[in-house]
Formats: sequence, structure tokens, C-alpha cells
Amino acid sequence: MHRFANPAEFNRLADAILPWAKVVMAAAFLYGLYLALYASPADYQQGESVRIMYIHVPAAWMAMFTYMVVAVASFTALVWRHPLALLAGKAAAPIGLVFTGLALLTGMLWGKPMWGTYWVWDGRLTSVLVLFFLYLGYMALWRALDEEDKAGRAASILALVGVVNIPIIKFSVDWWNTLHQPASVMRMDGPSMPVEMLWPLLTLAVAYKAYFVVVLLYRMKLEINLRKLSVLSSLEVQG
Amino acid sequence: MAGLKTRKKQRLVVASIAVAAIAGAVLLVLFAMGGDSLSLFLQPSAVHAKEIEAGKRFRLGGLVAPGTFSKAEDGLTYHFTITDCAADIPVTFKGLLPDLFREGQGVVTEGRLNGTGTFVADTVLAKHDENYAPPGTMPKNAEACTHPEGLNSGYNTSPGSRG
Amino acid sequence: MAEFLDMGGYAAFVWTAYGLTALALVVLAVSSLRAGKKARDRVEQLRPRRRKGQA
Repeated sequence: MHRFANPAEFNRLADAILPWAKVVMAAAFLYGLYLALYASPADYQQGESVRIMYIHVPAAWMAMFTYMVVAVASFTALVWRHPLALLAGKAAAPIGLVFTGLALLTGMLWGKPMWGTYWVWDGRLTSVLVLFFLYLGYMALWRALDEEDKAGRAASILALVGVVNIPIIKFSVDWWNTLHQPASVMRMDGPSMPVEMLWPLLTLAVAYKAYFVVVLLYRMKLEINLRKLSVLSSLEVQG
Repeated sequence: MAGLKTRKKQRLVVASIAVAAIAGAVLLVLFAMGGDSLSLFLQPSAVHAKEIEAGKRFRLGGLVAPGTFSKAEDGLTYHFTITDCAADIPVTFKGLLPDLFREGQGVVTEGRLNGTGTFVADTVLAKHDENYAPPGTMPKNAEACTHPEGLNSGYNTSPGSRG
Repeated sequence: MAEFLDMGGYAAFVWTAYGLTALALVVLAVSSLRAGKKARDRVEQLRPRRRKGQA
């Protein structure tokens, strides 16, 4: 495991993955957008506005998935003092923040014409807003403390405390009466959606996941270099 | 080296227990607070069970019972019945209905009960279910409502029935 | 084409949602890339002697 703690080893691995991830990302975005905007039918109830679903749902999935990445990275960093895991969490958080923001914004733009309101304080919308603030808090803690080790530890602890919000988001629509509808894809009895609508959704989900890999690797390389810079500059001050 | 290993093991145990304890505590608090207070709306059966008095503001949600929707002569006031397949509450609303408002579909309304048991709503939001389908077809999971008066015959079968 | 752009009357919502998504994803990717390049350049600047050996 600590083999990947070696930055040179990590950079080599990242450079090997990046070209493939970029190809998958580009192909999935092109095909997914073609399906989502053009080659899929309107909905029998929602008409053309259903096309917002194809970018809203993957953004919400990625918002939760990225949080789990941050949480697992934080756990690894706290327990095994794994330096690269700490940086992985730090690198992933802004991506999660953007996905959460997009899930909220596209949801509002879908809710206005369909529900009749941009926002309502139901269990699902509120818990996703809490997720947004958890990302903000995690990123703020990294900046709040000058000593990087302490900042990283504080942020990691917050990330772990916030994990409880993930099952709350997922099951909010089952536990409580909400305006938001229950799950259509991730359900026990299979998706409640025809294949011609499932395909654009899943294709864009793949595109989002590939985008996540690309940006995460870039941001981890960035964080490794920033860490090197702080070491180098402290050496310069001393020497 | 052995000391390092036990310390790591200790941290693993402490961190795991801490995460589980915090998560458990939060979830317990949520459920102790009661499902209803965290729910956005009450369904007709719950309104009857709780005997909510007239004039108290709350949200009422459920299905728009098929065949109950009508527009008053002023063209702005609507009448319909909200059902949860076990109990019904008549609703009046003056204002704009959302695009998704249809008989047989879910709604969440906000307002007050008047003296005669009618819910006077000032907000109507449409709630869509988890089913998607191309126009002119039926979603495969369209649930049948088990209403004593045979509501299942109307549920989800009247996409164009909006007045 | 006009019909496609109109999105059944939901143009304002559909295109705003897609536009915001594209904007946010591009801004995050580009800013990550730029910050990464800047950091890499500074690392190379700070240790010019080792650069030759590594390349």
C-alpha cells in the first residue's frame, strides 16, 4: 500500500491512466449528450424537461460517490498516516463540491417547471444542501490551520463525521414524505425507466466518472507539487 | 516496529468505533424526533388520525383523486380531492397550477382546513413519481392504488386530464 | 432545429441546466490544469540542478 505513497510511483501510474480516462471521458460525453438531448424520447408526463434528469442524476450520484472517496481517503490518512491518501481527499473535495452544486442547481431548474418551485425544505433537498456545506467545511478547515498536518487531520475528522449524511441522503425519500421522488435506477426491483432513457443516463454517468478520474489525478499531482514546494521553500529558508 | 503496529491497530479501532458511534447517534436522534416532523407533508389518513384543527397551517400531500378535478366559474379557483388511498380530503385552490399537476398524480399543498373540513390551499406543488416512459406508453412500475372505491382504475391513466 | 432548441417550451430550464453544467465542469478542469502547471514550474525552478538528472 505504501508503494503508492511514493510520489514518483504515483505520477507514473497517473500518467499511464490519464490518456485512457480522457478518451473514455470524451467518447462518453459526446455519445451521452447526443442520446440525452436528441436521440431519447420525451417523457409521457414531463415532456422535454426530462432531459435535465440526464445531467442531474449523475451529478447527484457523483456528489455522494466523491464524498465516499474523501471519507475513505480521510480514514486511511488518519489510521495509517498515509500521506498520499490525505492529499487524495484534499484533491477530491473541490470536485465533489462542484458536483453537489450542479446537482442542486440542475435540480432547481428541473423543479421549477415540474413541481412549481425551485426549492422546498424536504428531506432530500435539505440533506444534499448539508452535503454541500460539508464539502465547504472540509475545504475551509484545510485553509484554516497553518500547520498542514493539523489542518489535514481536522479536515479528515470532519469528513468522517459527515459520512452519516450519505445514508440520510440516499434513504431520505423512503424514510420521510418528500417532494422529491424515490429512486428510479438504484432500486431493488430494477430501474423504473425504459432502456432508451436509461442509456443516456448511464452513458453520462460514465462520462462524469471518467471526468472525476481525470480531474482527480490532475489535482493530486498538483497537491504533490504543492507539498514539495512547501518542503523546498522551508529548506531554502533554513539553508 | 511492533509498537508502531499496535499504535496503528489502536487508531484503526478508535477511528472505526468513533465513526460508527457518531453515525449511530445521529440516526437515532433523527428517528427519535419522529418521522412525521421530518416529513414535508401529511397524508389525509395522518390528518384524520392527528385530528388537526381548522385554521392550523400545514402541508397536505397525496394523489389527486381521478374524477374530482374541476374549475370554478371564475376560471382561477380549482377544486379537487387529495387521497392516500385510505382517506380523502377535499381541496380548493386559487392560483396557478404547476405543469405536472394531473389527476392520479401526486401533489403537495400548503394551507389550512376550514370549518367544514375542506383544505384551503394557497400553494400547490406537483410531486412526480419515480416512473419514466416515452409519450403514449405506460411506465412498467405504475403502481395500482388500493383505494376502496377502486381508485386504481384511474391512477396514472389520464396524463391529459388536466383541466 | 427551432423545435429542438425550444425543448417543448422548457428551453430556458433545459439549456440553462446544460450550460451551467458545462461551465462548471470546464472551469474546474481548466483551473486544476493551470494550477498544476504553475506548481510544477515552480518546483522545477526551485531545484534546477536535479531537473537535468531526472529528464
